[in-house]
Amino acid sequence: MTGTTTAAVVLTHDAPHPHAFTRAEVGWLPWLEPLSVDELTERHYDGLVDRPRASSDYFRLLVRDPEILRARTLVDKDIFYNTAEGLPRAERELAATAASRVNGCVFCASVHARFATHFSKAPELVDRLLVEGIDADLGERWNAIVAAAAALTATPLAFDETHVERLRAVGLDDLEISDVIHGAAFFNWANRLMLSIGRPVAPPEDAS
Amino acid sequence: MTTSELIDVVDDLVGVRAGDPLDALRRRRPVTRDQLQASYDALFAPLDDTAFPLDERVLVAAFATRSTADDATAAFYADAAAAVDARRTEIVLAEASAAATAGPFGAYREDGLVGESTEGRRYEPGIAARDALGERLTAALAHAHLLTFRPREADAAAQTRLVDAGWSADGVVTLSQLVSFLAFQQRVAAGLRALAPSVAVSAPVVAESVETSASPEEVSA
Repeated sequence: MTGTTTAAVVLTHDAPHPHAFTRAEVGWLPWLEPLSVDELTERHYDGLVDRPRASSDYFRLLVRDPEILRARTLVDKDIFYNTAEGLPRAERELAATAASRVNGCVFCASVHARFATHFSKAPELVDRLLVEGIDADLGERWNAIVAAAAALTATPLAFDETHVERLRAVGLDDLEISDVIHGAAFFNWANRLMLSIGRPVAPPEDAS
Repeated sequence: MTTSELIDVVDDLVGVRAGDPLDALRRRRPVTRDQLQASYDALFAPLDDTAFPLDERVLVAAFATRSTADDATAAFYADAAAAVDARRTEIVLAEASAAATAGPFGAYREDGLVGESTEGRRYEPGIAARDALGERLTAALAHAHLLTFRPREADAAAQTRLVDAGWSADGVVTLSQLVSFLAFQQRVAAGLRALAPSVAVSAPVVAESVETSASPEEVSA
C-alpha cells in the first residue's frame, strides 16, 4: 500500500454528535489519520479522480488505497450524475437517502437529502422521509422507490419481483428500475464505508 | 483468484449472457458496468496486498457474503476462498452460517434516534475460530459482521480492536472498502436477478430506447 507503515492510532474527537436525521450540514471526522497533502503522489491523485478532493479528510483517508477509491468514485459518479437517460436525478437521490435512512448513516442521509430536495423542489417530502422514516407517505411514485431501496438495504435481501412490479406500475421503465437498484445498492457501500472509518458531527446550528 | 477483462463478475452472478435483454440494459450504463468490475479487480487483484493479503480478502469476502445470503454471490466467494485455503474456508463459512441474522439493526448514538434503536444478534468469534484463524482474521470477521448487520454501531472501539489485532490504517481502509463493496455488488446482482424476468418478457431493448425521453422534472447535475 501507499501509506505509512507505523502502527495505526485511533483518533478521538470531542465534537458533538448530530441529534437526528437532518438536511443540515452534518460534519464528519476520521477515526484514522488521513494521508497528509504532502504525502500525495500522482498515484494518489489518480485515485482521488478530482484533485480538489485532496482537501477532504474522508478522501485523504480513503486514498490510502488509491485503486479502489478511483473505481468507487467513477461508479458513484456514473450512477448518480449520468442523467442523459434513465431515472431523474431527484429520484436517484431519494433512493440514496432512503438506503441511508435504513442503515442509519446520518451524514450520508444529510448530503443526499439536500440533493433530493434541490432536484425535486420538495423539501417537505424529503423531510418527511428523514423524520418519519421509510413508512412515510410521499405519494405512490416516491413510496415505490423508497420501498424498493429499503428492500434492497434489508438483510436477508428482500427485493423481489413485487418491488419491480410496483415500480413499473408508477411508470418506471427497465433502465429507471435499474437506476433505483444501483442507487440504493451503492449506498449500501457508501453508508458502511463512511460509518466504518469515521463519525458524523452535529451541524453548526445544533452544536450549541 | 485470477481475473480477466473478458470476465464480468456481476454478469456471472446474475446469469447474464451476451445478447440477453439484461446484457443490453447493463451496457446502456457502460461506465457503471466497467467500474463495478474495476472495483472488484482493485480489491481482488490488487497492485499491492501487503496491508491486507489476498488470502484474507477472499476469506473475509466468503464470510460477509454468506452471512448476508445463500446466493450466487456467496457461492462465488466461497469458491474463491476454497481455492486459496480450503481448511480456513470451511471454518469461515461455518462462522458465517452461525452468524447470519437480520439487519440492519443497532443502537443509535444520536439522542433523537434512540427510540429507533433495535436489537439483533451480534457476532463474537468463539475461541475455536480464534485458535484456527488467528486474532487478526477473526478481528476482521467481527468487523465485517458489524458493518454488514449494524453499521450504525461502528465506532472508535471497533477501529481500536482492528488496530490491536495488528491492522494498519491502510489495511483498515481496504477492509472497510471490501466489506462495503460486497454489500453493493451482492445487492446489484440480487436486484438484477429480480428485474431480469420482466425485462426479457416486456421490454425489447430497441423499442425501449426509442420510447425513453427526457422527463420534464429532470435537471442537469
